[in-house]
Amino acid sequence: MTSATAMPIPHEGPTMKNSQNSAGVLTAVDIRKSFGPVEVLKGLSINAKAGDVISMIGASGSGKSTFLRCLNLLERPNAGRIEIAGEELLLKADKKGELQAVDQAQLRRLRARVAMVFQQFNLWGHMTALQNVIEAPMIVLGLSRKDAVARAEHYLERVGVAHRKEAYPAFLSGGEQQRVAIARALAMEPDVMLFDEPTSALDPELVGEVLRVMRSLAEEGRTMIVVTHEMGFARDVSNHVVFLHQGLIEEEGAPSRVLSAPSSPRLKAFLSNTSRLN
Amino acid sequence: MIDWSVIVDSIPAFLKGLQTTMLLLVLSCGAGFLMSVPLAVARVSPNPWLSKPVWLFTYVLRGTPLLVQMFMVYYGLAQFEAVRESFVWPFLRDAWFCAWLVFTLNTTAYTTEIFAGALRATPSGELEAARACGLSEAAIYRRILLPSALRRALPQYGNEVVMLMHATAIASTVTLVEITRVARDIYYNHLSPIESFGVVAVIYFVLTFGMAGLFKLAERRFLRHLRPVASGVA
Repeated sequence: MTSATAMPIPHEGPTMKNSQNSAGVLTAVDIRKSFGPVEVLKGLSINAKAGDVISMIGASGSGKSTFLRCLNLLERPNAGRIEIAGEELLLKADKKGELQAVDQAQLRRLRARVAMVFQQFNLWGHMTALQNVIEAPMIVLGLSRKDAVARAEHYLERVGVAHRKEAYPAFLSGGEQQRVAIARALAMEPDVMLFDEPTSALDPELVGEVLRVMRSLAEEGRTMIVVTHEMGFARDVSNHVVFLHQGLIEEEGAPSRVLSAPSSPRLKAFLSNTSRLN
Repeated sequence: MIDWSVIVDSIPAFLKGLQTTMLLLVLSCGAGFLMSVPLAVARVSPNPWLSKPVWLFTYVLRGTPLLVQMFMVYYGLAQFEAVRESFVWPFLRDAWFCAWLVFTLNTTAYTTEIFAGALRATPSGELEAARACGLSEAAIYRRILLPSALRRALPQYGNEVVMLMHATAIASTVTLVEITRVARDIYYNHLSPIESFGVVAVIYFVLTFGMAGLFKLAERRFLRHLRPVASGVA
């Protein structure tokens, strides 16, 4: 078995990425979302540049997961603009006033460049780990089975679950499932990865293995937007922290400043609460 | 005392009847499966123009006894001159066709509901993951929803097939000589219920047992992704 570091990494390194340009890989402007009469997102914007690792923190109910899910239209916002890799996602309002894609083919094409990792892993239960990872590259990207398997084995190796590739999700631990889900996301070789509380459903002793993988992905220079409760990850790994409160960005900036010297009293309260819990 | 000679003499008739029973079962089961997959997809569709007609179809078919449906089609339709003069009459005149049609429609109704239930039980997260990867709705059905739902439906579907096998006995009421009809004829000839109905009961039991075994094998193959109850990996 080859070690992960010895394998060729198809993705460009961090220096390359950062020197390339600082154009937005994913930009969302003024996203609004209501559930019935309740407005949960009150105009949120985010701009992820190549190599950015953005952590979104906030109390539950602050709208951070909803916001993340609006970025690839799993949730339909009521207003806003989304641009992925310089291409604007064309949106139109439906009868209920929710935005939907004008062109389904464009939506699928852009979704293929934005990979997502879910809190509940959401692996396809009737497929083995390997089948989970080769599925979208074959169906969406049109890779041959042989190429897709080679790619999948590479990324399963990368996240340290290659030895479990023939196992079905129900036979994997939570940490293994989430790492397979990360491999599934990586196999799309996306421009940006969205993580929706990737460690929240894990037993405490399994959180570390997933965070280690995410940390190494960040070090590789991948562009990531992470909704998380892991303050350590936000502090040490991300280069930008966004604090959401009641559907608005309350405070954002470099983690060293935002997390160490918060100016908002709400963020201060939030941080003292979470640190007390830890 | 059991008269074994009656049983031995009736073996050829039972074998012939078994052929009819199995042919009825296989043809209506196959047609029912092919129809119920798209109907189940329509049944769970958010579009009421698709889901409501299917709902009505399964509601009516499951709301009336199979025997009544059989009589309605075989005897009832012949009452209408329009039917007798239409191009379908050569088919509807035929007991074989009527039996096949009724069994197919009936099992389609039940199977549609079984598959629709299995489709609805798909974890929504699996669909979100598929959408997030950029799979089209058609690909999601083909690759995720149907393979996972049909697997989930397997135990219930196995039951439905066994029930349909038992239900083919109804064909005996419209002149088809399947095993129940063979048994009844033997009973009328010899007035010996054990040698006739007892034998057919054993045949049905063996068929049921064999089919249940086949479905168990299929479950072992297609449901191996499910975690065995109360076992190992945490």
